[in-house]
Amino acid sequence: MQVTSWSDVFSGWLAGFGLPEWAALTLAYGVGAFVLINYGMLSVLLLIWITRKVISRIQDRIGPNRVGPYGLFQTAADAAKLLSKEDITPDEADKLAYNLSPILAVSGVLMLLAVIPFAPGLTGMDLNVAALYIVALGSLGIMAALMAGWGSNNKYALLAGFRVVAQLLSYEIPLILAILTVVLLTGSMSFNRIVEFQTLNLGGFNLGIGWIGIVMPGALLIFFISSLAEAELTPFDLLEAESELIAGFHIEYSGMKFAMFFLAQFLNAWVLAAVAATLFLGGWQGPGVGLPLIGPLLGLGYFFIKVYGIYVLQQWIRGTFPRLRIDQMMYFAWKVLVPLMISLIVAQAIIQKLPTPVSIQYVLLFIANIGVIAIVANILQGYFRAEQIRTKRSFEPTSLIGTMQATDKGSMY
Amino acid sequence: MQLPLGVEIPIPTFEQFIFLQVALLTAVAAMAVVTSRNLFHSALALTLTFFGVAGIYVFLEAEFLAVSQILVYVGAIAMLIAFSIMLTRSMMYGRTSPLNHQWGKSSLFAFLFFMGLLAFVSAIPWPAAGEPVLADEALIAALGKEFVTSYIIAFEVLGLLLLLALVGAVMLARDR
Repeated sequence: MQVTSWSDVFSGWLAGFGLPEWAALTLAYGVGAFVLINYGMLSVLLLIWITRKVISRIQDRIGPNRVGPYGLFQTAADAAKLLSKEDITPDEADKLAYNLSPILAVSGVLMLLAVIPFAPGLTGMDLNVAALYIVALGSLGIMAALMAGWGSNNKYALLAGFRVVAQLLSYEIPLILAILTVVLLTGSMSFNRIVEFQTLNLGGFNLGIGWIGIVMPGALLIFFISSLAEAELTPFDLLEAESELIAGFHIEYSGMKFAMFFLAQFLNAWVLAAVAATLFLGGWQGPGVGLPLIGPLLGLGYFFIKVYGIYVLQQWIRGTFPRLRIDQMMYFAWKVLVPLMISLIVAQAIIQKLPTPVSIQYVLLFIANIGVIAIVANILQGYFRAEQIRTKRSFEPTSLIGTMQATDKGSMY
Repeated sequence: MQLPLGVEIPIPTFEQFIFLQVALLTAVAAMAVVTSRNLFHSALALTLTFFGVAGIYVFLEAEFLAVSQILVYVGAIAMLIAFSIMLTRSMMYGRTSPLNHQWGKSSLFAFLFFMGLLAFVSAIPWPAAGEPVLADEALIAALGKEFVTSYIIAFEVLGLLLLLALVGAVMLARDR
């Protein structure tokens, strides 16, 4: 499918005014960056509203409903409140690290938006190493957390900073490996090419449902779980468990700097949802995207439906799941996800080299992925059963052990 | 641009202008690494230097290398350095001097090393200069093929080294 890039069209149009080529291209990319950054910042207002509404519904509340229609402008009011708050810097703080950290956290996430393919031809920058780029810039967020923890000059903030690094580095590995399965299948790291790979032509009409997630549900599941951890969402939100761990690495922050960490977190969740949609759910692919004129608009619609769908799913989990302990979290990353992902990749590499037609390879891949899901489910079930028995035992009145006699009416329990 | 005294100032193209900024940033950050009085600030400046080097790779049209640079150096090595500084209490709170009694000798050797590098760079006839660059996936595929053919031994040894480091880390961390 031939797709014209927005930057070519736009810079061509600008060059029509007599601008030299380099100036037109620079201006075009400048406008693109401006639009993307502002879209990213403003969409957080919507994201927070969605979060509040979804969680309210789960908890049998109404949620924000006073400011604007359906409470849509509640977040804007909150932002105004946060802006007017006093900006406190601790006396003994390392000013450089303390002030730079929120900026780094936000800019690290905003830079990720550059490679997300929103619609056919509508990618900020079609990097040919986009998948690697996403992973590499994730480390900026980790650096920001570390700087915030250290710069605050607060023991608890520093410990929380270490905790953030431990979690994000651990879950980065299954995340990268899940991305690698897609790269292995498509033979490309460019998001545009990965999305175009998921075309399903039927009689010359692009149905657009040849999604990788259908062939590789196991990789999709593991990507989704790791992205929950990367975005610091429930059940992996022990990094900022307000009631138990005094809010984590941003304990000393107030006002707008505090808000910037939250902005980065919400946007990161959205970007990871967008990456999941791009890699596994076809990105902008859907029935009729190949049509002239209306196709790109449809593509944009499909993309947003998928991404916001995944986002709502994330918030659903946030509203219903309990929080993990840190040892459970590390156990799950290193002893369950990483070995499973590595064995899946080895299996996939072998399957893709088998001298069989592609369709049989896909079936084998699907079976391997189902196996991965089964093993994950089995391990989790065993773990939770053991935990349940342990909890029950701890509530038994131990002083009565051995004194109770079995009666003919059955035991007390 | 022509100045009155007949001095010609070359006007940089747009690309050169951006390159100058990136190069300047890299150089200033590298200077900050060695002159900073706070060790943690040195580590942060080192991270910025890594970013600058990645930017220079982008100008050399080596995007894969640039992204790998950020992934490995910023994502792992800078983090490791920051961690080791944070876990060293005396360095964390006290302000350390960037100089010690070896500064004379080490600056001499640094200068000699720089001259050696300069001689090396200017003496070698770079064969690849001016040749067409492999684009996109072809480049990455060629890189991967080189790893498992020409440089297989180095690749395997590196893998073994990483495995040993992993086993060593587990040995250090396990309960006794």
